[in-house]
Amino acid sequence: MDAQIASAWAVLPDYLGQHVLLSVTALAIGLFVGLSLAIIGVWSPRLRWFLLTATGLIQTIPGLALLALFYPLLLALSALTEHLFGVTFSALGFLPSLLALALYSILPILRNTVTGILGVDDAVREAARGVGMTPAQRLFKVELPLAMPVIMAGIRTAAVWVIGTATLSTPIGQTSLGNYIFTGLQTQNWVFVVFGCVAAVVLALVVDQCLALIERGFARRSTVLKLLGAIGLGAVLVASLLAGPARGGSHYVIGGKAFVEQYILAALIDQRLDDAGMTATHRVGLGSTVIFDALAANEIDAYVDYSGTIWANFMHRRETASHKTVLKEVGAWLKRTRGITMLGPLGFDNAYALVMRRDQAERLNIRSIADLAPYAGRLSIAGDYEFFARPEWKALKNAYGLNFRETREMQSTFMYRAVADGAIDVISGYTSDGQIAQYDLVVLDDPKQSLPPYDAILLLSPRRAEDTKFRRALEPLIGRISTERMRQANLSVSRVADQRTPEQAAEELWRDIAAK
Amino acid sequence: MRTGDMDANPIAISLKDVNKSFDRGRSFAVRGVSLDIAVGEFVAVVGTSGSGKTTLLKTINRLIEPTTGTITIENQDVQALDPFQLRRRIGYVFQGIGLFPHLTVAENIAVTPRLIGWAKSEIDARIDELLELVQLPRETRGRMPSTLSGGQRQRVGVARALAARPHIVLMDEPFGALDPITRDSLAREYRAVHRELGLTTVMITHDMLEAVLLADRIAVMTKGEIVEIGTPHDLLNDPKNDYVRELIDVPRRQASEVERLAEGRP
Repeated sequence: MDAQIASAWAVLPDYLGQHVLLSVTALAIGLFVGLSLAIIGVWSPRLRWFLLTATGLIQTIPGLALLALFYPLLLALSALTEHLFGVTFSALGFLPSLLALALYSILPILRNTVTGILGVDDAVREAARGVGMTPAQRLFKVELPLAMPVIMAGIRTAAVWVIGTATLSTPIGQTSLGNYIFTGLQTQNWVFVVFGCVAAVVLALVVDQCLALIERGFARRSTVLKLLGAIGLGAVLVASLLAGPARGGSHYVIGGKAFVEQYILAALIDQRLDDAGMTATHRVGLGSTVIFDALAANEIDAYVDYSGTIWANFMHRRETASHKTVLKEVGAWLKRTRGITMLGPLGFDNAYALVMRRDQAERLNIRSIADLAPYAGRLSIAGDYEFFARPEWKALKNAYGLNFRETREMQSTFMYRAVADGAIDVISGYTSDGQIAQYDLVVLDDPKQSLPPYDAILLLSPRRAEDTKFRRALEPLIGRISTERMRQANLSVSRVADQRTPEQAAEELWRDIAAK
Repeated sequence: MRTGDMDANPIAISLKDVNKSFDRGRSFAVRGVSLDIAVGEFVAVVGTSGSGKTTLLKTINRLIEPTTGTITIENQDVQALDPFQLRRRIGYVFQGIGLFPHLTVAENIAVTPRLIGWAKSEIDARIDELLELVQLPRETRGRMPSTLSGGQRQRVGVARALAARPHIVLMDEPFGALDPITRDSLAREYRAVHRELGLTTVMITHDMLEAVLLADRIAVMTKGEIVEIGTPHDLLNDPKNDYVRELIDVPRRQASEVERLAEGRP
């Protein structure tokens, strides 16, 4: 617990700094666009209807989905600009998060500004005309100042929304306070989850109160209050940005997907680089497609993937082959089509496999997926958020004629517990997951070999292909981690008693590797 | 229509066959109004609500554009002038006061001079001068309109209208919302200011007594038309129009009633 709290504090400056930078920039854009649109909306009732409906519609898109939408959108746009102008930009992390959040913040600002301006007394508006103000002077000298309390209320709403929603930008590669929550959820580190929530809430409250001061300053015409609020906001901004990580030097970005093993491996790679005197940051919690595209686009420099994932999802191979063949072909394909270097296999494999409770398997006399097929119509199956959309699942279903009563998607960390409790009959587990042994579950054989092998492979981005210092720092990891050792490390992070952080697990893992 | 003693003075405001329709000619808020107002004259336009008097007033500084007709200000066709410049050179006192609630007294008064671009020191001096003119203490400079009494607010309204030294002042029921005593003193004070500064004033009112006591000439409007125009003396002694006779009889009857009560006659 103390170690968890200490490690939470250690990354706070980085997470908070990036969270604040993202939120502030998004709000600034939202403010500019929202105010401009509001002025257009006040001017034309028909456009007002259109603008309010359109932004209202955006608001109904769930925050996570909106963030996720911007990643492929920007990726396509980046490809287009490269084609047209030879310019690319990063579609991962800051930019998609920024655009999604800015879009999100427009509605409250737009709606409140329109309401505020339309709420100005007609007699006052007439007086402004009567003394000889032009429409622009009327807007800036009379309507906007009088609407200011209402506008400020809208800005406060937008600020709180943006700060809250920014926690969802982690899966598209933007570091934020959400990293605590996503990491905590994956690694069963509840201290992290609570820490992230509290940090986001405190930030939102402080910013909201500073804005409230400015709002009151406008209402009471008090320059002192306005100044106090502005100083408070400035202090939050400067403090979080100064506390943020020092940038510069050789700077590597390590990626990771959204499950325990990936958190440990990202920490392991980071520690290796650190020992070799290189600085690195993490972008962990990414989706499979996001992370692969990001590596190819040089937005991250290294991560661990699995040969079968590349084979089935990106090479679209339907058949299976031996470990050796798959490794060889995957490595060649990566180099040829994406310029990605496969530094080598780590030594363990982490396959998708169907997993059941031992007593139920024995009662039904099920040893393999073929034995399971006749019972499938009465059983339920759960998998992670990706599994049922992956070609491997389709291949498996076709090979054995599987037709389950119910399929459910859930957080991979909780699947094992769910099947052990009897809430679910079958799960698509990972063979390197320590929880299989912990809950005494059985892994079903795949006699038709419909699933490819999943050797863990360390991949390097195209721009790091010739970086010998980088390669040399990571080479000691190749072929040194056994499946048994990885399973142990995974379990040490996901178990409740004597729990390790991913960093601690990575250190222990390295100690064992180095000792051999 | 004009009385003889005004012929000597040049024309400040001239309306020629002014019509205004808000519904493309189905009905007219102002119908065929022609009126010349001499420099230095104080004209009251009297009528019930809906008679078109406010619409007529607003055509003079182009807050409302007439459908047809010509309006000239100091011999310039207002259509040829920039409407914003035009409004800045004409003082306007609004019905229900119309001060800017987010500005102090001083800032309210300074609005038009600032729009025109006066120097700050000049505006500052002008504010003090105007506060004295409308008999407000200098301490009111920094106060918000919401902290003032109704009478004080309308004094600020008059000061604001006069701030940029206009020759012409338009007033839309300026004293309507005030209590009788405040109203009486404010009206008489304004009349003195009007004379002192040589202003030309057009005042809208529904109160015939107020018109009789303040104006050089009174124009009576019903249904968008001026049905009669003349000096208070003319209207009191020889009204041509039945409606006007009815209107003018009210203050006269009230006055004799008050006198009778004061003398204790039965």
